[in-house]
Amino acid sequence: MTESTKVRVATIWLSGCSGCHMSFLDQDERLIDLAKKIELVYSPIIDVKDFPENVNVTLIEGAVANEEQLQMLKKARERTKVLISLGDCAVTGNVTALRNSWHHSDQAVLERAYKEPSDLNAAIPTAVPKLLIHARPLHEVVKVDYYIPGCPPSADLINYVLTELLAGRTPIMEGRSKYG
Amino acid sequence: MSVNLLKLKIDGVEVSVPEGTMILKAAKDNGIIIPTLCNLEGLAPYGGCRLCLVEISGSPKLFPACITPVGPNMEITTNSDRLKEYRKMVVQMLLAERTHICSVCVANDHCELQAMANQLGVDHVMFERKFTQEPIDSTHDFLVIDRNRCILCTRCIRICDQIEGVHTLDLKLRGKDSEVIMDLDEHWANSCSCTSCRKCAKVCPVGAIYIEGEPIGHTKNKEIAAFIRDRRNRR
Repeated sequence: MTESTKVRVATIWLSGCSGCHMSFLDQDERLIDLAKKIELVYSPIIDVKDFPENVNVTLIEGAVANEEQLQMLKKARERTKVLISLGDCAVTGNVTALRNSWHHSDQAVLERAYKEPSDLNAAIPTAVPKLLIHARPLHEVVKVDYYIPGCPPSADLINYVLTELLAGRTPIMEGRSKYG
Repeated sequence: MSVNLLKLKIDGVEVSVPEGTMILKAAKDNGIIIPTLCNLEGLAPYGGCRLCLVEISGSPKLFPACITPVGPNMEITTNSDRLKEYRKMVVQMLLAERTHICSVCVANDHCELQAMANQLGVDHVMFERKFTQEPIDSTHDFLVIDRNRCILCTRCIRICDQIEGVHTLDLKLRGKDSEVIMDLDEHWANSCSCTSCRKCAKVCPVGAIYIEGEPIGHTKNKEIAAFIRDRRNRR
């Protein structure tokens, strides 16, 4: 396939641990087959600054936890045909959303993280994006087309979903998906 | 004593079942497994989780199979598209009602709710999740209850009452506010009726009651209630 006929795929890393991207890379030699069919146009593992137009599939890891991520997610949704929540943080909020039970303002979260544990010179950073009050799964903010749960989702599951989608089929998650 | 056999159909298959049998058991005895969470062999059925809902032709209502006895000439459907959709919805509501975060839960990979979500293909929850602040009680020497993970199946309450016979555990409040409590809402360490028998932890389908420091795979035992009941009945 020439570059122009390949499926344009992007991956985004929001508030997550990057474990889902590690799992994506864990597809190992299957990545070589995948690379024949897809062109990676945006990802933390390639050097592209802006999210491009006309993306076919975007895999998003992590929950939406701050304003910058919120804008990023909306931009990705506008420019993507098929948007996939990758991993439990994107699907449920997961560990990122643990703070939701205990803190109900961005200030409270920052004080818990930066002030309370600090012995001296405690300071809350100012040059960072404003936190959202609660960390949210992606589908509470934008329309999501497919979900790949797991913490992290197995490389096999990621590969299954991508293979099915590239073949024009709908992935069947019964008995395959797994939280945690 | 003669047993009155009833003829009925389950998923189109004609079966004969003793009168008084619950639909859930009638189906199981004929090789049809209906999904359940609150039901446990050896304990009185409760009908709380609503996963075992089935259709009976002639009625627009759905019936919980665990507490609905078979009737003559019933035609029961256990797995229609409507039921599948409702079961997925039930699991989603259970996941949304409290803080269920599998990756940091003691019961990860040993959890019946997690397994049910996987089995039914609940790959996301369409309801906004509640992130609860239910009290955790770790005052007991080794038993811990984290009510944020509780699905209110009442297995712990029923085994404490019906098998151990002490009825330490019970529910307070109603609906989503319900909480499993010890005695008259005491801290677990102050319970004067608890025998520390651990059966509550053994039958908890999720990670709500567990034994501190013990791998949860060792603790869980779904057969314990039926085992004790059968041994008792031998006498």
